Parts: sequence; C-alpha cells; structure tokens
Amino acid sequence: MARVVLSGTLKQLAGGASEIEVEARDVRQLLRELGSRYPELAPHLESGYAIAIDGEIFQDAWFAPIGPDSEVHLVPAIRGG
Amino acid sequence: MNDVTMKGLSERLFKVVGTRPLRPDGVDKVTGRAKFGADIHVPNMLIGKVLRSPHAHARIKSIDTSKARALPGVKAVITSADLADLPSEFIPAGEMMVNYRDMTRNVMAREKALYEGHAVAAVAAVSEAVAAEALKLIAVEYEVLPHVLDVAQAMEPGAPLLHDNMYTIGVEPKPAKPSNVAKRVEFALGDVAAGFAKADVVVEREFTTKPVHQGYIEPHACLASVSEDGQAELWCTTQGHFIVRSFCAKLLGMELAKLRVTASEIGGGFGGKTVVYLEPLALLLSRKSGHPVKMVMSRTEVFRATGPTSGARVWVKIGATRDGRITAAEALLKYEAGAFQGSPVQPGCMCAFAPYDLDNVKVVGFDVVVNRPKVAAYRAPGGPIAEFAVEQVIDELAKRLHLDPVELRLKNAAKEGTKAAYGPKFGPIGMVQTLEAARAHPHYRAPLKANQGRGVASGFWFNIGGETCAALNLGEDGTVTLVAGTPDIGGSRASLAMMAAEELGIAVDKVRPIIGDTSALGYNFLTGGSRVTFSSGMAVIEAARDVIRQLCERAAKIWEVAPDEVIWEDGHARSGKLALSLAEIAETAGKTGGPIVGNAAINAQGAGPSLATHIVDVEVDPETGKVTILRYTAIQDAGKAVHPSYVEGQMQGGAVQGIGWALNEEYIYDKDGRLENPGFLDYRIPVCSDVPMIDTVIVEVPNPRHPYGVRGVGETPIVPPMAAIANAVENATGIRFTALPMSPPRVLEAIDAARASKI
Amino acid sequence: MPKHHVTTTINSDPVEFLCSSEQTLLDVLRDVLGLTGSKEGCASGDCGACSVMLDGRLVCACLVLGVEVEGRKVETIEGMAQGDRLHPLQQKFLEHAALQCGVCTPGFLVAAKALLERKPDPTETEVRYWLAGNLCRCTGYDKIVRAVLDAASEMRRN
Repeated sequence: MARVVLSGTLKQLAGGASEIEVEARDVRQLLRELGSRYPELAPHLESGYAIAIDGEIFQDAWFAPIGPDSEVHLVPAIRGG
Repeated sequence: MNDVTMKGLSERLFKVVGTRPLRPDGVDKVTGRAKFGADIHVPNMLIGKVLRSPHAHARIKSIDTSKARALPGVKAVITSADLADLPSEFIPAGEMMVNYRDMTRNVMAREKALYEGHAVAAVAAVSEAVAAEALKLIAVEYEVLPHVLDVAQAMEPGAPLLHDNMYTIGVEPKPAKPSNVAKRVEFALGDVAAGFAKADVVVEREFTTKPVHQGYIEPHACLASVSEDGQAELWCTTQGHFIVRSFCAKLLGMELAKLRVTASEIGGGFGGKTVVYLEPLALLLSRKSGHPVKMVMSRTEVFRATGPTSGARVWVKIGATRDGRITAAEALLKYEAGAFQGSPVQPGCMCAFAPYDLDNVKVVGFDVVVNRPKVAAYRAPGGPIAEFAVEQVIDELAKRLHLDPVELRLKNAAKEGTKAAYGPKFGPIGMVQTLEAARAHPHYRAPLKANQGRGVASGFWFNIGGETCAALNLGEDGTVTLVAGTPDIGGSRASLAMMAAEELGIAVDKVRPIIGDTSALGYNFLTGGSRVTFSSGMAVIEAARDVIRQLCERAAKIWEVAPDEVIWEDGHARSGKLALSLAEIAETAGKTGGPIVGNAAINAQGAGPSLATHIVDVEVDPETGKVTILRYTAIQDAGKAVHPSYVEGQMQGGAVQGIGWALNEEYIYDKDGRLENPGFLDYRIPVCSDVPMIDTVIVEVPNPRHPYGVRGVGETPIVPPMAAIANAVENATGIRFTALPMSPPRVLEAIDAARASKI
Repeated sequence: MPKHHVTTTINSDPVEFLCSSEQTLLDVLRDVLGLTGSKEGCASGDCGACSVMLDGRLVCACLVLGVEVEGRKVETIEGMAQGDRLHPLQQKFLEHAALQCGVCTPGFLVAAKALLERKPDPTETEVRYWLAGNLCRCTGYDKIVRAVLDAASEMRRN
C-alpha cells in the first residue's frame, strides 16, 4: 500500500489525517482514491499539485507509476518566472 | 533519456557543450534588425489604447462610450460588456490552474476598479492621437471607495474589502465573514516546539519588503488581426505564446486552432510577461473593427497597470545548539497578491528553509489582496523575499554562536537525500559545493577598510520541467533547422543549437534555430521556471536521437546491412570501414525513404534545483547613507553549463536585480493610492555606474535526470542578493536592516539614530 | 493641422518625411520611416534605448521633435555596420555575450560609439559613467563594459 503524506492545508481538508494508505498503481488512481475518500480534498487535487513519489517530483503525470511501498507527497506546483 | 549516471556525466567529454560560440540570432540584435513586440507595422492597422481607472478602489456605476464612438477615426470601443463573465473555478491552461473569473476582470474591470491603472475601456482608432482623444470622451461614473495598499493593514478587521465573496481558504473553522485574506497555507516537518526547547540560542526577527517591478525595458506590445471567419493572428512579446493562446481563446470564446500566436523577440520578461494584458483587448478590438489593431503600453502604464511582485511581512525564528546545528526553524509569511488572489506565498514558504537539512520546520503563509495591480511572477517568485529574512537570521545566529557564516551553513546544508519541508527528498544538489567554493574564494579573505563590510547568503530555487516540443528538419545539404517553442529571453537559441550539434556530431553553425509559432509545433509551456535549457534541451536531444535513428536506417539500406550493424559517431553513420556523413545521407533522403525529420513531444520531469552562495562587500557612507557595492561574487550550481557565457549572464543579471531590490527600488504612493513614480527616473533600477564587475563561479553537480546533466540557472541568482547585502551592511555599520529598500535616507536615519543612542 | 515636411540626412542618406508637431524623432524613425532599431523604453529620456546621434551629439530620440532634425545629420543603429562588416563594438558585444534579450543593445552601441569617438582609451569607471544613461535589466552590465573596453583596445590597434 502506498503511503500518502499530507501536511498543512491538505491535512486540514482531510480531517487532520497526515498519513493515508492508498492502493494505487499510478498518480491518476491515487488522486481518484483520495478524492473519493475525502470529498473536501477533491477540488484541490485538481488545482495545481505536483506529486513526489519516493522523493522524485512529477508534475502533470497521471500515469507516473507508484510502487507498492512508495511514499507519496502532494507538493504545490511551482511555476517560476 | 534517464539512463545516465553521475559518473558518466562527470566524465563525458563534450565537443560543443561548454564552448562559447556566437549566438545565432546575435547579428540581428546588434544591428537593430531583430523585431520586438512594437516593431511591427501592417497596412490598414489601427492603434488601440486603454482607459484606466484613476482611482485605487471604486465601484463602476456606469460607462458612456457614445461620444467616443462618434469621434471620426474611431473604429471600435470595448468595455467589460464585450467579454463573457467566466466562472470562478480553476481551469487547466496547459500546466497552470487559472481562475478565469479573476483574469477577465483584471484584463477589463467589471463591477469595480481595484487599482489605479485598472483597465475600464479600450478604443481602436486610425492614429494614436485620435485614440487618445477618444479616451477623453469616455465618461465613467465612479463611486470612490476607501483603499488599502499594505499587506498588514489589509489583514486587519475593518480594512477596506476588495471582494465580498473572499472567504479565507485553509483556516478552521471556516470564516463567517469575507476578508482580504484569500488563503492560508502551511508546511511542516517534525515538532518545532520540541526543537526550540533543545536550542541553546534562538534568534527571532520580523522583516518588511516592498513590491518591486520586474523592470523589463520593453513595454508590453502586440498586434492582433481577426478575420471575418473568426480566424486570428496575434503577434506579441511574451514568455509563452502557447499560454497567450490558451488565455485569449478562453477569454474570447475562440477555438485554439483558430488563433495563431507568434512570439516576437522579447525585451525582457523575468516572469512579468507570463500573463496577458493587452492581447485579449487587441483581439476584441480587431474583431469589432475589422482591422488589425496594434497596442503598445507606455512606461507609465507598465508601472501603473502591470503586476509587480509582492510586498511582504516575514517573521522568522531559528534555534540552534552551540555546535551550530539548527534544531528548529519557523516562519510566518504574509504576501500581498495585488487586486486578485495569487501571490507567490506558497513557493516562498517552500523555498524559505529549503537549502538546509532540518528535522523540525513550520512555515505558514497568507495570500492577501490589496488595491494594487495583480502580482505577476518575478524571477524565483516568492523566494527572494523569504530568503531576505531567513538568511539574515542565519547570519545573526552565526554571530551569536561565534561561528563563521559559511561554516554555520555548511553544518546544516541540504544534500542528496535531505527531506525538504514541503515533502520530497533532494537528488544530488550543489549547496555544499557552492559554500565550499565561497570559503575557498579569494574574495572571502580580501581585507576590508573602515565603513566596509562583507556579507554572505545562500539561495535555492526548484526549477521546473514541463510540456515541450521540438523538431529538427534536415535540409538536402545537411544543414539542420531546429524549431523550438519556448521564446528566447536570454540566448537559449544558442544552447539549443549547441545541444543538437553535440548530439548529431556536426558543427554548431550547421544548426539554425528558430522559435516556431503556435501552429508550428505541439504545445509548449512558457519560458520561465528556469526550464528552457533543461526541457527544450531535453526535447532537442530526443529529436536529435530520433534523427540519428533514421540516418542509421537509411545508411543500413544504402549499404544493404542490418540496421544494428550501423552506429552513429562523429557526425557519420559507420559500419566497419563504411562511413556516410549526415550531409551525404541527407542528400539522397528523397530517394531512400523521404525527408528526414526528428520530433520530440515530452513532459519533461526531473528538473533539479539550483543552489547558490553569494559574497558581497559594501561600503556605507556615514554622511549620506549611501551603500556602494564594492565587490560581488556569485557562485552557483548549473549542473552542466551548456554555454558558460549565458550561464554567467544569468548569474550577473539576477544579482544586479537583487542589488536594485535591496538598495533602492520601491513604489511610492500618494494618499489616494496613486503611484507617484511610474517611470525610470524615480523608480530607480541599477545603472552601469552603480555596480562593479560581478564575478561568477560556475559549479557543476550534474542533474542525473537530464542527458547532459543540465540544471536550470535563471532564477536562483536573484534569491541571495538582498540578504547578502543586508548582512554586509550589518557588518559595516552594526545595524541590521530588516526593511527594504536600504536606500540612503533610511540608512542615514538608522545611522543617525544609532549614533544618537550612543551619546 | 497639416503635417510638416522635413528634409534631413539619416545614416548618410538624404531623407524626406512628413510629421505632426508632437511627433518625436523616435516616433518618426519607428513609425514613419520604418527604422525600428531605436527602441522606446520610456518616452521620457530615462532609459537610453532610443539613443541616436544628432549632428555628432548623443541624444535620446524621444526627447527630440521630428521637426527639429530639418537640415541636420542623424545617425542610428542601422548605420553602424558598413555593408556586411560589423563595427568592432558590434562584434565585441557578440563575442562577450554582452546582450541577453537585446532590446537595450542598439542604444548601448550608439552610446558606446559616441564615447569611443571622444575618448579612445577610457577607464572602466569612465565607461560606466558614460553609459549610465542606458538601462539594461538583463546583463548586470558586466559583459557590456568588458565588450566596450575590448572594442576600444582593438580600435586603438587599428
């Protein structure tokens, strides 16, 4: 089971849950699972979060693979100037 | 693409990458031939001009354009009535999530004018003089409202309210009343309370920064031409023509494929040209009038109406044990977003302590609206403000611990495997290497005289990848056209041509790079986020490998051997003793299968952060308060410097922007919220005589996610300067400046106050 | 108001144009004559992007009226190269990578040429103060100053 770590704003929207176990083989599945478990979180998952899987950041990558023991963070997407 | 090793990258011998050829677009730029946004003239064109609110905050009760429309020579007049009202949700625009409800209002005010300079109407006429006359004939009835310009004041209860539907996101319980606070964000690791309890020394300080403008020398400019069947062409100066296409299509209800956007040469952007202002208006005016419409901002319009970066209040607290290990770090960031939500407080929070390996961190940020133009990105958005605060507290901590400031940073430096406060672990990064290079540099030991001081600061920026396409087209004489889709804001065409030449094994002057328009390539995310050398570079290399595969297949056919018996080496296909050059294979391409074209369409992942350490010496004149920069050394990790001159240029340019931000730049308002210094005379950016040579040291810790090890470098250089200079001024005067800018009147006042308190 | 007819010399060529009273020389160069090498950065003489020579004197074209050049000599960036030979300053700017976006470059080249015509052997400080009227936001000025000093040295050799 992949371990999703939430902090700050997202943690609040997930009712205070900071570590969530999710069964997902890629980013899109993970976001769907999270969104359906925590409906308050769902709209924010669309709006500009990148995903860090085992330390590596993926931006806009629905099919980035998630391993059975992966640690996943939701990171606000950076744009730059 | 990702199968490179650190060892392989460090040992690779490049033939072209790392050299300094002349840039391919250079001659046009030194002869005045290159065409920037306003350098276009087409037959039958009209001139468009914008009517702007003279009030910082006002309800728009009515707009009467009848007299303007009747003026001879006026062909179209528009207001917000000509734009659809769009809903409040965030919608994808390429990789960004955009609130179009805010964007349509920023481009043309609807219910309210939210800042002095806010567009309320626009006209297109046969000449600039007639257009200016027409603006005077538009009658707008305003109900002037109280305004607020300062982030702290905007957060107070009872402050003038900009949006009555703004309820702070990210606070529990949800607020019952609207406010000017759009959002609260938080990032945390470990337990800061426990961390502070362990500390021997704790330093806590509050800082204030002022909004500053990106200061690009070329004002916004565009030319739009809409045909009767709804197809349109748009020429504009922009960092992202595909973004412009997305925004304009959405605002105007057009199909993407019907809008063809061409990026002109761009005279500076630094993040400020990643948004639209004139473009949707020019398209609307063209649609309405049936003529091409050219619109160019004046310098005063640029200052009054385009997004600067945030002003802010930043509170920082750091604790450490006597050996110099930081045990806890906490920060509170309040950034102003301008008239609509969206300050860079989030990246500011993420960036604040990123250069350090910390177990206990907590950063909280607030995004706050005020009656000023909506903030736009400015080079490492959010980062310099946070680092101005953090790097000064680190400096003070070093003093209290009797540790050298570089040593303290080394003891706490983030490395490969360090977990950032915002989640991910770093891959290989160059924080330690830049610090060690600083410590070893002769600048660090050079003697100082009276009234002089030295300061050090480090900086971090994430860098991004993103959607990118590139094409390589082989001519029958073996020369190559490279089509990229990321506007060239600083010489990237040179680096892209070099990477293609390196991969293909040909001379760099056989590759001619151009920036294609939105019809020529698949989607490209904008030029920004220090992503072009990394992402477009990666796409070019992939396209080159595609070409090489085809060249080898053709050679195999010509020689009647199996394709796996052909290798590509030194610009030639080889099999045993047989060899064919790229030019030879290209010559017969038509007969061996058709044109040879390489393509790449990627979403580049794996951009590596760039770390930097800057050293600056200043002299402070105790009689005038003037701070003179005596010597400046910028040290930064580039991963792999493709064209070192342009990497150096980014480091020098960013450092000097930081010098301006530190020492002089600020907006000055009158009591009605009107800008008093909307010009380069009184909004004083650094001039040639203000700065010395900026020495640069390029460190290379290869980024294993890029075929050549490239890291973006463009933004990190602006992150350390303000703190480095403040630290230097503290060493020169004994006074720590927690407010920007450190302009002569402020410095003098502080020196006089310090002197008086000693008497 | 009828327009004024002006006869002048631009980059050694005789030129005639019509302009209104309010049009600046910069407006005329860019919008009437199609010489867009001189740039408008501020229209108030603060940025130097419109630097041109008027009767051998360095001026901001945005501070000169179109009608003022009647019978006089104007030199712009377009006249700096001789045929296909770049001026040493242009060449050195390229070699030193003294431009990034390039919008301020024409102004700097005209201003630097004016300096070297008066002072063939300037010090770094003299170069910096002479060019203080030309704003650059991209380069931090370092490579610009190096290019000017290198061009000066080459021009002295020839």
